[in-house]
Amino acid sequence: MKAVCYYGKEDIRVEQVPDPQILNPRDAIVKVTATAICGSDLHIYDGYIPTMERGDILGHEFMGEVVEVGRGNDRLKVGDRVVVPFTIACGHCFFCHKQLWSLCDNSNPNAGLAEKLAGYSGSGLFGYSHIYGGYPGGQAEYARVPFSDIGPIKVPESLSDEQVLFLSDIFPTGYMAAENCDIQRGDTVAVWGCGPVGQFAIKSAWLLGAERVIAIDRFPERLAMAASAGKAEVLNYEEVDILETLRAMTGGQGPDACIDAVGLEAHGHTLDAWYDRIKTSMFMATDRSHALRQAIGACRKGGIVSIPGVYGGWLDKFPLGGAFAKGLTLKMGQTHVHRYLPLLLGRIERGEIDPSFVVTHRVSLDEAPDMYRTFRDKQDDCIKVVMTPQ
Amino acid sequence: MRATAHPFDFEVTYEPDAAFERWGVLAASAAIIGYGLSRRSLPGLLLAAGAVPLAYRGATGRWPASLESLIGPSEDTRVALAGPRGIHVRESARLECPVEQVYTFWSRLENLPTFMDNLIDVTDLGGGRSHWVAEGPGGLRVEWDAEIINDIPNKVLAWKSLPGGDVASAGSVTFQPARGDDRGTQITVTLQYEPPAGKAGALLASAFGREPSQTVREDLRRLKQLLEAGEIAKAAGWPGVSAGDGR
Repeated sequence: MKAVCYYGKEDIRVEQVPDPQILNPRDAIVKVTATAICGSDLHIYDGYIPTMERGDILGHEFMGEVVEVGRGNDRLKVGDRVVVPFTIACGHCFFCHKQLWSLCDNSNPNAGLAEKLAGYSGSGLFGYSHIYGGYPGGQAEYARVPFSDIGPIKVPESLSDEQVLFLSDIFPTGYMAAENCDIQRGDTVAVWGCGPVGQFAIKSAWLLGAERVIAIDRFPERLAMAASAGKAEVLNYEEVDILETLRAMTGGQGPDACIDAVGLEAHGHTLDAWYDRIKTSMFMATDRSHALRQAIGACRKGGIVSIPGVYGGWLDKFPLGGAFAKGLTLKMGQTHVHRYLPLLLGRIERGEIDPSFVVTHRVSLDEAPDMYRTFRDKQDDCIKVVMTPQ
Repeated sequence: MRATAHPFDFEVTYEPDAAFERWGVLAASAAIIGYGLSRRSLPGLLLAAGAVPLAYRGATGRWPASLESLIGPSEDTRVALAGPRGIHVRESARLECPVEQVYTFWSRLENLPTFMDNLIDVTDLGGGRSHWVAEGPGGLRVEWDAEIINDIPNKVLAWKSLPGGDVASAGSVTFQPARGDDRGTQITVTLQYEPPAGKAGALLASAFGREPSQTVREDLRRLKQLLEAGEIAKAAGWPGVSAGDGR
């Protein structure tokens, strides 16, 4: 079959590889009908994610048709149309029982490796390096789905692929980011980064009752989408001083909650941003956290900073003192996708949200190498790429 | 080549080996040192360094004095594992399964190789005795017989090896209801063993990535996967995905 494979920094190739096999009783094989490039795939593309190996199949946002089911799976059958969560969860461990699906104890075959980094390992992830299990990803014609009696959600034929595909990651991720803000009546939520996750965080903040949503980016097309589709007030950080502007917009108090939908490759023009750039380019630090620093600086006292943006390693110049002084709550982590699937599918079915608004590029799998670059460089007003393998 | 040891006597004496065996040992150790140095890598250096005591033994018929107290398995498990001797490992895991299920699974010793990486086979010989086959350091096949010395259902299971095997070992596993959870179990495994080449062998093994406590931890992780999820997580099976096999 055809698959999008990693061969090194900025080296993505579409290769012929063997078809996936059922390896465990609870597995299923899915024939992929739609798959997307995630902003977090760009961290791999740019070489920020350790333990990637040559030939690894990329992609963790995918959906398709079940073509084979393991003997231990009594929930799926051949022909089912499903969306697959990017986090792999067994459904039966301490953490799955607590609805903390992305922290599943049993789905990362390389948990020992992850423990060395973080003390304990989170769940396995599709196509996201060997420290997350080394699972082949979904940017391919077929994908093996472990624990497929727990993860994949069946979707009705009345909804198109583009309407449901993002249940795999970015819609639940944006939603959990907003939910983590514990939005109260009258709250103002500020969102750093108007990429796909930022767009869903904006929409979700409204769904969860925010009074006001402010979106921050520098790309006009992303700010335009945040303003039109997201109905947010938008700020271009190349044009205004974000801290001063947010202070002025909120009666000198600051937003009640701040969402960092940027993550480890934050860009900026302030002194600390250049400091990060230089340090990471010399391999003296792993992550650039300008957006997070600014979110912590901007947030009101006693507020919440919610971090859906991915961080991979060690942060430098992290303003913990400021966060402490203001009594902030920081919430973060991989999305507990499974927890949100029925809820969010319901919202799509009832027409409360149509996630396809975020798609700007529709291509075939063969165009993946070009599209990674286009998406990374934000060329051609690229915000979200959906690929169809067949 | 078997050492004799006595309780409370760590000045172990060795029977002199036949001359040709000593020459063999010397030649083998020289080859290992040569190979290790030729690798020009850290593991290579460690391998070469690890073979130095072996060369000493080849040349003199004795282990270096500093290693004498550490090397040489004993016929008697209690002697072999007395005081500071042997490798000590203690690991615990919490499983979302009732105590009865975990105890029942473990007490059927034939189940152990399904999640213990180094174990090849365990055969129940009846009467609390069992025969164990394992892969030792360097891929050596090692075998021993063991007997259950304590078995309180749903609480504790303990065993020790019997004289005459390649490995002297003793271990126990305790089963407790997990705190604050009526369906959870906390198991704690305590293991002591004297590997075929003593602590030097374990040191060498750890230099090549098989540290004993890590091995047991990975074993317990697989047990947890097996009993909670019903299967052991796997990502291997595709080219380009080499490290996803849990090793």
